[in-house]
Amino acid sequence: MRDLSLHLLDIIQNSIAEDASKIITTIYANQSDDELGIIVEDNGHGMDKELLDKVTDPFVTTRKTRNIGIGIPLLKSSSEMAGGRLDIDSTRGKGTVLKSTFKIGHIDRLPLGDVSDTFVSLIAARPDIEYELKLYNGNESYLFNSFEIKEKLGDVPITEYEVLAWIREFINEGVKTIFGGVLNEIDS
Amino acid sequence: MKSIAELEEIRKKTLEQINLRKNNERMRIVVGMATCGIAAGARPVMNALLEELKRRNINDVSVTMTGCIGVCKLEPIVEVINPDGSKVTYVKMTPEKAARVVAEHIVNGRVCRDYTIGAEEGK
Repeated sequence: MRDLSLHLLDIIQNSIAEDASKIITTIYANQSDDELGIIVEDNGHGMDKELLDKVTDPFVTTRKTRNIGIGIPLLKSSSEMAGGRLDIDSTRGKGTVLKSTFKIGHIDRLPLGDVSDTFVSLIAARPDIEYELKLYNGNESYLFNSFEIKEKLGDVPITEYEVLAWIREFINEGVKTIFGGVLNEIDS
Repeated sequence: MKSIAELEEIRKKTLEQINLRKNNERMRIVVGMATCGIAAGARPVMNALLEELKRRNINDVSVTMTGCIGVCKLEPIVEVINPDGSKVTYVKMTPEKAARVVAEHIVNGRVCRDYTIGAEEGK
């Protein structure tokens, strides 16, 4: 994967495959301890202990078509390559929390990429799912929730192009406000 | 800063347009968005499809995602599905090719044969 927003899109597909109806993504960057983290929390089917223990193995997957799955192993390697780690906690029937961390200043840390594009793609394809995005940098925070937008829109579908364009800008502004100057790839 | 008030304006503006539309879905476009598709560039392809449909004011075609279609080496893969279930599978897509598929296949009903899986496999 070229950047973290693509990893995020990939990981959220796992939540969707497990029938999650609400997916909360938190992205934080703490300059004080040089840590960037991405947390994805869903209310999907979750995993039992046995599957959880081996989910970072590329030859373990829940899909039926073939027995290989590299989404999580790839993210794990992107984290570890940049001085971070990947942790997953899950309860069968309740959901899954995945946390992936990176050293902000590590030379091999992938750039954040276009987070708004990830969410616009997800909303366009699966508007029925509630997506929440929280950003914080230690001082300021930002919140986006797709169902709040839906509520404001009333009879207008969230998948209308103008709405998606607005969401794109809204998330871009959030990313710039919170991570501008904190992550070196984003201008303040 | 983007404000919720702007969203209200968009709502009012688009509500009138929506009421004028007929509600039957003419076609469905599905983009393979598993690890393989994403790594190969499926996200910009999906975006290009949405943009091109908007540019041409096409409202009766939906764009959605699916998992791995099974031929990862040919990603990004886009399927155009007719209401009767018949479909055309386009492979090794790019945003530019996606725009052409909208113009030729979706608008004019001519399949872009050179982008199809059949053409690729026949090489």
